[in-house]
Amino acid sequence: MTEEIIIAGFGGQGVLSMGKILAYSGIMQDQEVSWMPSYGPEMRGGTANVTVIVSDERISSPILNQFDTAIILNQQSMDKFEETVKPGGVLLYDPNGITRHPSRTDIRIFQIEGAKKAADLGNTKIFNMIVLGAYLQIKPIVKLENVVLGLKKSLPTRYHNLIPMNENAIQEGMKNVTAYQPA
Amino acid sequence: MLAKDIIKPENLVYQKTKLMTDNVLSYCPGCGHGTAHRITMEVLEEMGIGDETIGVAPVGCSVLAYEFMNIDMQQAAHGRAPAVATGIKRCYPEKFVFTYQGDGDLAAIGTAETIHACNRGENITIIFVNNGIYGMTGGQMAPTTLPGMRSSTSPYGRDVNLMGNPLKMTELVAQLPGTSFVSRQAVHTPKHVRKAKKAIRQAFELQKQKKGTTFVEIVSNCNSGWKMTPVQANQWMEENMFPFYPLGDIKVPE
Amino acid sequence: MARELKLMKGNEAIAEAAIRAGADAYFGYPITPQSEVIEYLMAEKPHERTGKVVLQAESEVAAINMVYGAAGAGKRVWTSSSSPGISLKQEGISYIAGAELPCVILNVVRGGPGLGTIQPSQADYFQSVKGGGHGDYRLIVLAPSSVQEMADYVVDAFDLAFKYRNPVLILSDGVIGQMMEKVYLIEQRPRLTDEEIKQRYAWATTGKKDGTERRVITSLALKADEMEAHNIHLQKKYAEIEANEVRFEEFQCDDAEYVFVAYGSSARVCQKAVQLARNKGIKAGLLRLITLFPFPKAEIGRLTGQVKGMLAVEMSSGQMIEDVKLAVNGRIKAEHFGRFGGNIPTPDEVLYALETQIIGG
Repeated sequence: MTEEIIIAGFGGQGVLSMGKILAYSGIMQDQEVSWMPSYGPEMRGGTANVTVIVSDERISSPILNQFDTAIILNQQSMDKFEETVKPGGVLLYDPNGITRHPSRTDIRIFQIEGAKKAADLGNTKIFNMIVLGAYLQIKPIVKLENVVLGLKKSLPTRYHNLIPMNENAIQEGMKNVTAYQPA
Repeated sequence: MLAKDIIKPENLVYQKTKLMTDNVLSYCPGCGHGTAHRITMEVLEEMGIGDETIGVAPVGCSVLAYEFMNIDMQQAAHGRAPAVATGIKRCYPEKFVFTYQGDGDLAAIGTAETIHACNRGENITIIFVNNGIYGMTGGQMAPTTLPGMRSSTSPYGRDVNLMGNPLKMTELVAQLPGTSFVSRQAVHTPKHVRKAKKAIRQAFELQKQKKGTTFVEIVSNCNSGWKMTPVQANQWMEENMFPFYPLGDIKVPE
Repeated sequence: MARELKLMKGNEAIAEAAIRAGADAYFGYPITPQSEVIEYLMAEKPHERTGKVVLQAESEVAAINMVYGAAGAGKRVWTSSSSPGISLKQEGISYIAGAELPCVILNVVRGGPGLGTIQPSQADYFQSVKGGGHGDYRLIVLAPSSVQEMADYVVDAFDLAFKYRNPVLILSDGVIGQMMEKVYLIEQRPRLTDEEIKQRYAWATTGKKDGTERRVITSLALKADEMEAHNIHLQKKYAEIEANEVRFEEFQCDDAEYVFVAYGSSARVCQKAVQLARNKGIKAGLLRLITLFPFPKAEIGRLTGQVKGMLAVEMSSGQMIEDVKLAVNGRIKAEHFGRFGGNIPTPDEVLYALETQIIGG
């Protein structure tokens, strides 16, 4: 199994940390992982993206131009990455702020109302965990228990009290993901 | 007294410090570097720290200081002696580390290294020999060349409107919180040599107490570069350099 | 030996591995994309963990000269920067090579020339293997292609630096520095004591011992004959390094008809391109260079007897290709493919280049 994922959105949405937790979760189940961020001035409030690869084998290129899954969290990223999903692959996005919805018919498309759900729950910080939950519902490449272990590894001990809240958010995401058909 | 009596140890009145090698000094007759070297080494010998000291030589006339100072030495790139000294001292905080630099090295190309080492309060001693000219490369203008002073790159005298003003590094570093002792001395008369040696001694004593950077400027001559006899050069130095670079302690520990 | 598993950025992994390798000091200055090195070191309080000195210098120039001072006193010392900062360090590197001091320098390369871009590049190849600063000298150049190798090579780099009393450059890039992968870390090695340094490194200026000759660290010899003799000595050392230290890795080369030659992150891209090529029935392989100096000339020479063509893939406009062509010596076709200015070639592009420039070219 090799899963090649791009996660893209605004800086501050937790794009990089979502990727990191996914990578940690892969390690927890003894897989090979790589996490390659875009870095630089665009990080400062602009767009941010990260390529995450989880595989049973040694990972070759950490830089890719085609992905099994694209997780898209703003319009700029939709414009840039919709085309990069491999035929038959998955595009998961949050419709919040999206003005041009995806139009490809050779891929599977899903929506998660992450921003709205996070606001409903009164905590915008769990947005990325809701999206992660939605992704894991579509592609359960890592087990939830390993995500919790990954969270433990990636969060400093003083934040470990927040883990149940994050776990809860992942489950919210799992429950609320919906398939989307382009018009 | 016969010659064989004169050389008896009990009749000895002066002896070169063991911390100077027997190599013939490469400096011009009348130059202050030899004296500045000697008193620095005498201080180390008198303090009994010659074996615990690492010196850093600059680029300039004193680039070969390591040929004359009989201690462990490193030769630094032009201007970088305070950085080299920082590297040594940070790794060996119990050893003594000093730099020996001229005006081009310390006050032009190495300004940043000098100021930042002093500002961090590196526990090193900086000995700064200022003769207002580039001696080794043949008498070009230095950052410390006086207004109106001639050099091969200011042949009609330093025009401060065109060439900028002389830089008083010693006053400058005295303002930094990292320095504990900043003094300006000379070595052209026995009286001045005694005072300069006392200042260098104080600098190393303060280094021993880990009091931060100690900085001793020695205003010196360059009879070759100034195109004067040694006597004329010393006189010119007293009349022109000392008013601009007044001697004495500029900063002493409270 | 138990090895600790972590998920780390390349920049963090090398910083942690250097602490564990028993490094005594690090002097650096922040620059993207490698500032995580000094940030990590400062956060880890190595002065408390192992007594390692970490200092943020006022410039790259000062940092490399601090390295000179500490190295001249026998300490295991290193610095890191990215391309423009490495250019600033070149004077100091030349002095370090001239004075034969051991140290480790990390370059997390970004695109140039000038201020360039902060995105990854491999355009500092010439600077790294052909000198960089003034004078006839060589650095030992190691090229990691993974986070694990960032951690492993810094340990090797210190060993090589002291074995040959020569600076070792770890030539990385923004991809390897910024990406996170699994890394297995070695156990903490003790730092040498001052007494051990004094015993082992007779040349180090640690303070003269009574009755012994004083030590002088210098790169200066005013007499031409002396300087020539020093140069001959250096060249002999470089020849010895070339004879003993060539390192490379081969990937599906046994039956290959075509090989990619690459290092660092380009080698990772090429590895994927090998898979894509094999899926299409093209017998491709990869020669991944680990040492760039010494350059694996003999292995390239050997492969010319087996393969039909070589494609050198670099994130530059074509630098390493010159050394590949020298080693190939006209026996087979060898061409360059590169993206540059901060762009990274994709596996598809690399495969297309192989098909058009080498196979169909």
